[in-house]
Amino acid sequence: MKVLVAVKRVVDYNVKVRVKADNSGVDLANVKMSMNPFCEIAVEEAVRLKEKGVASEIVVVTIGPNTAQEQLRTALALGADRAILVESADELNSLAVAKLLKAVVEKEQPQLVILGKQAIDSDNNQTGQMLGALTGYAQGTFASKVEVAGDKVNVTREIDGGLQTVALNLPAIVTTDLRLNEPRYASLPNIMKAKKKPLDVVTPDALGVSTASTVKTLKVEAPAARQAGIKVKSVAELVDKLKNEAKVI
Amino acid sequence: MAILVVAEHSNAALAAATLNTVTAAQKIGGDIHVLVAGQGVGAAAEAAAKVAGVSKVLVADNAAYAHQLPENVAPLIAELGKGYSHVLAAATTNGKNYLPRVAALLDVDQISEIIAVESADTFKRPIYAGNAIATVQSSAAVKVITVRGTGFDAAAAEGGSAAIEAVSTVTDAGKSAFVGEELAKSDRPELTAAKIVVSGGRGMQNGDNFKHLYALADKLGAAVGASRAAVDAGFVPNDMQVGQTGKIVAPQLYIAVGISGAIQHLAGMKDSKVIVAINKDEEAPIFQVADYGLVADLFEAVPELEKLL
Repeated sequence: MKVLVAVKRVVDYNVKVRVKADNSGVDLANVKMSMNPFCEIAVEEAVRLKEKGVASEIVVVTIGPNTAQEQLRTALALGADRAILVESADELNSLAVAKLLKAVVEKEQPQLVILGKQAIDSDNNQTGQMLGALTGYAQGTFASKVEVAGDKVNVTREIDGGLQTVALNLPAIVTTDLRLNEPRYASLPNIMKAKKKPLDVVTPDALGVSTASTVKTLKVEAPAARQAGIKVKSVAELVDKLKNEAKVI
Repeated sequence: MAILVVAEHSNAALAAATLNTVTAAQKIGGDIHVLVAGQGVGAAAEAAAKVAGVSKVLVADNAAYAHQLPENVAPLIAELGKGYSHVLAAATTNGKNYLPRVAALLDVDQISEIIAVESADTFKRPIYAGNAIATVQSSAAVKVITVRGTGFDAAAAEGGSAAIEAVSTVTDAGKSAFVGEELAKSDRPELTAAKIVVSGGRGMQNGDNFKHLYALADKLGAAVGASRAAVDAGFVPNDMQVGQTGKIVAPQLYIAVGISGAIQHLAGMKDSKVIVAINKDEEAPIFQVADYGLVADLFEAVPELEKLL
């Protein structure tokens, strides 16, 4: 079966971001960008499904600026077969991204769509679920285990308090949680080979999707700094402070 | 203007997260209706009717909603939601699972994990793992929002007397089925919902030493977390990871043991109300955010702390 994986180019998780002085956003000039960590897990899962003979083709898609081709090449080096870039210079909200992905899904007709559970820049945790609503497919979010069995996929999900397993009719949407797998690294020969794999570029207009949004960001601020604390001298003093001063135990 | 709050519940009981969401709804202002969707939800609905500030409780009691599968619950919420100015749910795994599906069915953007209400259409939410706070304004006809529980106080669980009304609509998409669930057997609470979290880092030296933290956690009724260093070193599984790529927690009390305090870790816990650091390196960056710091060997301090509690 065909698997579609959505990836996002985001600020590298090791970077400490700084808010711009005019509070218009976060300063991303000359900052290292990478594939969103949850998207790496999504790519890895698709590659493992292919290695098990479950998936026959892996198509990786991203929506973003031209530079997001780097992240597509990374996914190709990890084992994806071909890539699609929906080129948009604007920062899009999850609903717009879901609508664009729906257009790609209609064209590609994958049996399984794998996304990360959230992107570490916007922290929305919405796109996979929204794609589920738009396509009418079932969704298995926060997956820690994915097993394709016939025309169904069993997804074990990380929920508050434990794990839950659901059976979804295919085609279905899965979003990855941290425990699903440990992504591999791309080897140099595979990075070279990935340069020759096909990469199509399309625009939102060509897909016939409007990316208008009902939410606008008024300002972005740095979080309030914590007040400096004190150092206690002994465990007894610590317990006393927690009981009588902070009153948290 | 009326607000629909989708209750987080375990069928038999209303979850505490619902109370924080009701407070967020009160800050927006307007009539507050609570939807309790599930199977055998009588007790949860009655509890919802007693919550201060709630004027009506809608009950959708049907086998199709038993495990709140989003394919079935989202169309119900979207259909009801059309009559409201706001649809709110707690940012729990349940709320995060179905609410974006509701938003897309209503063709509106969702605002995730708000931590403050500025006005009926303007909200604050953390982005970049809490390293920036965005103020966002929505022009959507129905504003679909998840609420970070730690950002709002709990509404009083008693004092209300809302009318309970049954909802007859049943949507069963027939696309998904509940197979089973495996809830953590320990009495220790779930990491992201715990009031107290005890976390260990590389300083724990090995996985076996985490037993000291488990003992302390059990005394406190706390959850146990870990830094990425502890996960990468194989001490504990990665679902225990607190941080930018792990879980984001904001408990009342966070005790960091043997954790240096790298920015990626701080991103996951710096909204905790009180932070305690136990570390033998007095230069460790964790002391810059800790309310109470103890420079000591954790293998002496942790057992002593457990004994004193």
